[in-house]
Amino acid sequence: MYNEKVMEAFKNPKNVGEVENYDGIGVVGNASCGDIMQITIKVENGIITDAKFKTFGCAAAVATSSTATEMVIGMTLEEALTLTNKKVVEVLEGLPPQKIHCSVLAEEAIKKAIEDYYSKQGK
Amino acid sequence: MEKQIYLDHAATTAVDSRVIEKMLPYFSGVYGNASSQHFYGRRAQQALDEARDTIASLLNAQPSEIYFTSGGTEGDNWAMKGIALANQAKGKHIITTVIEHPAMLASCKDLEALGFEISYLSVDKEGRISLEELKSLIREDTILISCMYANNEIGTIQPIEEIAQIAKEKKVLFFTDAVQAIPYMNIDVKKVGMDAMAISAHKFNGPKGVGVLYVRNGVKIKSILSGGHQERTKRGGTSNVAGAVGLAEALRLSRLNLEENNAKIKMLRDHFVKRVSEEIPYAYYNGHKELRVPSNADFSFEFIEGESILFSLDLEGIAVSSGSACSSGSLEPSHVLLAIGVDEALAHGSIRFSFGKSNTLEEVDFVVDKLKEIISRLRMMSPLFKG
Repeated sequence: MYNEKVMEAFKNPKNVGEVENYDGIGVVGNASCGDIMQITIKVENGIITDAKFKTFGCAAAVATSSTATEMVIGMTLEEALTLTNKKVVEVLEGLPPQKIHCSVLAEEAIKKAIEDYYSKQGK
Repeated sequence: MEKQIYLDHAATTAVDSRVIEKMLPYFSGVYGNASSQHFYGRRAQQALDEARDTIASLLNAQPSEIYFTSGGTEGDNWAMKGIALANQAKGKHIITTVIEHPAMLASCKDLEALGFEISYLSVDKEGRISLEELKSLIREDTILISCMYANNEIGTIQPIEEIAQIAKEKKVLFFTDAVQAIPYMNIDVKKVGMDAMAISAHKFNGPKGVGVLYVRNGVKIKSILSGGHQERTKRGGTSNVAGAVGLAEALRLSRLNLEENNAKIKMLRDHFVKRVSEEIPYAYYNGHKELRVPSNADFSFEFIEGESILFSLDLEGIAVSSGSACSSGSLEPSHVLLAIGVDEALAHGSIRFSFGKSNTLEEVDFVVDKLKEIISRLRMMSPLFKG
């Protein structure tokens, strides 16, 4: 059901864990639905210099979290805010239709982490 | 993938080579339509009759009580709808359980749409129904009780003989889905006393796509596959002769070393359960400790999700089944686990391991070792795990 790219991202996920002294955190989903995604980011001069994830969820949820963190590292906050689940799915070369919601969670977790950063900055 | 370890025998099993051997002549040699009057047909009919006789004698039934079907789903659908529709003059109330197979629950939904009323028996935390609750639900207009013999997810065995007894006293018909029980139990339909029972060949090393619905003589059942005169006009469709022959042989073979095979499978399962319980923290064994089929071990692993466990094991060459089905928007954990009181988040982290006679102790140890690594790796990745 999953392509090789997704399985590879699931098997060897990048950026697992929590950024030390993170500047923003985004947690989305809930345990009773079987999906929770947490993304933490480090921001320097408006650029995301580090991002890590922790995910409770299926293989697609892990793969999309990993891919999304890889994509946003090095982006400006403005760029990161334009990251859509579609782009994450493209990088993974597709997900089964019933798993698209996992990629939506990744997009939302990134956005929430950035919002959290902004609110901490008092903006 | 170097190693390949199959721990999903509750899903399906390999066809025994002796079963294949028995089936082979009926594909291109004796290929006649069993309904044809000429000698091609008569030979096929003879094979079908012999298969029916063998199955009847193994189940202690009459050949006229054995109907070939396409498997468990058809058996459940036919028994429920066929018996309900044929007996609705007496009433339209049916009793079943909350942990039935989806084929059964969907059939009940169909009957509800036709104006039948269904009562669902609850189960305790080990997955057993209560005979007292059953008695309390039986009414004047109750026509049918349906309760699975053994559960497909957690393996719990129900008090089928007692249910049959109650049904008989109350003059209510009783159907049991015995798909998961028949591979491990020498079921004697006269001794147990059910009125109808469904089994499926591929669960006991027979071919896929063939099953049997036992219907006690005298029980009224309407056909739901109309058309042909096959199966004494009760089930239309060209007879699956090779399948019937295969089912009969698989059932015969399964009975030869039943005790021995059960003991071996149970030994493997118990070893697995012991090691997982001792070596993996926050792992919960679901179902009844004793009253369960020997093959089944169902565990919920806290803080992580079942599908990622399944695919992590898959990458190691280990095949298991997950209790959670993650699909678009409706992430519904297993209805069976929810029914035994497992909370939703925990139910999402559930895996069914089902052992078979060809598994080895080495395989089981290898699986536990890999499972330990996988569980701890996934927990490190989980925002819920603070350990």
